[in-house]
Amino acid sequence: MRNLKFGFAISIPRSINMDTADNRLLKQLEEEVPSFKRCMNCGACSATCSARQFTDYNIRRIHSLFRMQQYQDLENELKPCMLCGKCTLVCPRGVNLRSMIMNMRKILTDPKRKDNE
Amino acid sequence: MRTIAIIGAGPAGIEAASVLAAMEETEVLLFEKSATTLDNLRDKAFLFPDFSSAADLVEIMEAKLDRDNIKLHLSTAITSVVSTSSATEAGGIMAWELQDASGVRYQADAVLVTTGYKVFDAHRKEELGYGIYPGVITSIDLEKKLKEGKILNAVGDTPKKIVFLQCVGSRDEKSGNHYCSKVCCVTAVKQAIEVRKMLPEVEAYVFYMDLRMWGGGFEEMYREAQEKYGVRFVRGRISEAASTFDGKIQIKSEDTLVGLPLKMSADLLVLMVGMEPSEGTKTLTHQCNCADAYGFATTVNPHLRDNETAQPGLYVAGSCKRPMSINDSLTDARSAALRIAEYLK
Ligand SMILES: Cc1cc2nc3c(=O)[nH]c(=O)nc-3n(C[C@H](O)[C@H](O)[C@H](O)COP(=O)(O)OP(=O)(O)OC[C@H]3O[C@@H](n4cnc5c(N)ncnc54)[C@H](O)[C@@H]3O)c2cc1C
Ligand code: SF4
Ligand code: SF4
Ligand code: SF4
Repeated sequence: MRNLKFGFAISIPRSINMDTADNRLLKQLEEEVPSFKRCMNCGACSATCSARQFTDYNIRRIHSLFRMQQYQDLENELKPCMLCGKCTLVCPRGVNLRSMIMNMRKILTDPKRKDNE
Repeated sequence: MRTIAIIGAGPAGIEAASVLAAMEETEVLLFEKSATTLDNLRDKAFLFPDFSSAADLVEIMEAKLDRDNIKLHLSTAITSVVSTSSATEAGGIMAWELQDASGVRYQADAVLVTTGYKVFDAHRKEELGYGIYPGVITSIDLEKKLKEGKILNAVGDTPKKIVFLQCVGSRDEKSGNHYCSKVCCVTAVKQAIEVRKMLPEVEAYVFYMDLRMWGGGFEEMYREAQEKYGVRFVRGRISEAASTFDGKIQIKSEDTLVGLPLKMSADLLVLMVGMEPSEGTKTLTHQCNCADAYGFATTVNPHLRDNETAQPGLYVAGSCKRPMSINDSLTDARSAALRIAEYLK
């Protein structure tokens, strides 16, 4: 049950190279959801998340990767999210996670995506 | 008339001198090994937690010495402190004799040691390249640049990326310092904000193991650094730094929050050097049998008698005891002055 996957493979990068990273998507997200900047990576969001209980889905890790400008496959990784908003309720830094997730999806699936991947 | 000798004219020594000198029938001898007082403030631009000017604080502190009964001895390093009588002989009060580096002796009824700290010598962490690559600097070097109002990279251009590394020489078995230096986390946040104010285009990254925002307003400053100044925080300790062909600094770390190795090049790598006991502190604490494992001064009781040593009449205050901020050093100095006043009553 724990490792249930939704018909897609998770392929996160094996290392982070900040010199080739592209901060434009990150900046776009920070403009749309300014509260995202305040995150202190405590993990309360992923701890409370129902999707996290049953799958590998980890919203804390996803937004950490986004912050490190590692966008590879994140739109797939975000799929299990049900937008229930529990994470937003518990966040001690007042990050609007629901809005963050919706905006991440929008930015990542935009046909005119800024980093032209 | 009673004479109190204070060793070290940093914030703690000056504060204690001014409190004690306000009492009647008192003379304070204040010794400073350097040619100027307050050297650890003079090399700073703005201070946490309120970004106030270090130069202004120096001026205010200097003015406190403007009393006839404070005798300031500059360029006078005290090398020895011994008690010359037993408590009973002197009617309950020990007599003390100090000696400076040129052999001159001074007598006092009580002694306060405020010999402070020195910064960790970053050359000792060879893998971080300080003294090898010009792009690697310390927080003290950056503070001087902030003071001059000019920050340039190794090849004389405006930097685009600045990386701060916490805990250099602190929390590190290899440096022999297991303790946390307490001031460097907030100093990195403060300096990153200042850099972003001065150079709004620069990207600032802080590599940390924990962010220790213990003081009033510190956590808020951290939030503001993220929210208002866009400073980026990465959890991981930089293991090594090397130079690239174009004078940049390539760093290796692990982003422990995502569990991936990380590489990055930056124009400047700023090492947040920790606090160690100054040479004067080490000499005097060892001589007076109150040195801890590092050479900081220990006291009789950390709660109730935190300025007293085992020897009556010998007191300690400020960052010669452990890493401390300025306001903690000043508070500690005032508390030591009160203890000394009670003792000499
Ligand atoms: C990078 C960095 C940035 C910092 N920024 C801030 C900040 O923004 N805000 C803040 O609150 N704190 C800051 N601090 C901490 C601050 O510097 C200390 O809290 C403060 O200087 C401690 O005061 P002190 O009097 O205990 O010791 P010191 O300032 O070290 O003074 C001790 C004095 O004793 C003298 N001395 C030593 N040995 C002898 C001897 N044998 N004989 C005679 N004299 C002797 C020394 O020359 C020195 O003048 C910073 C520290 C560092 C490392
Ligand atoms: S709960 Fe909030 S602060 Fe904590 S990791 Fe999640 S978004 Fe960040
Ligand atoms: S909104 Fe998504 S990420 Fe947040 S708790 Fe619900 S399922 Fe989890
Ligand atoms: S204050 Fe921060 S940077 Fe300094 S030693 Fe402690 S944890 Fe490390």
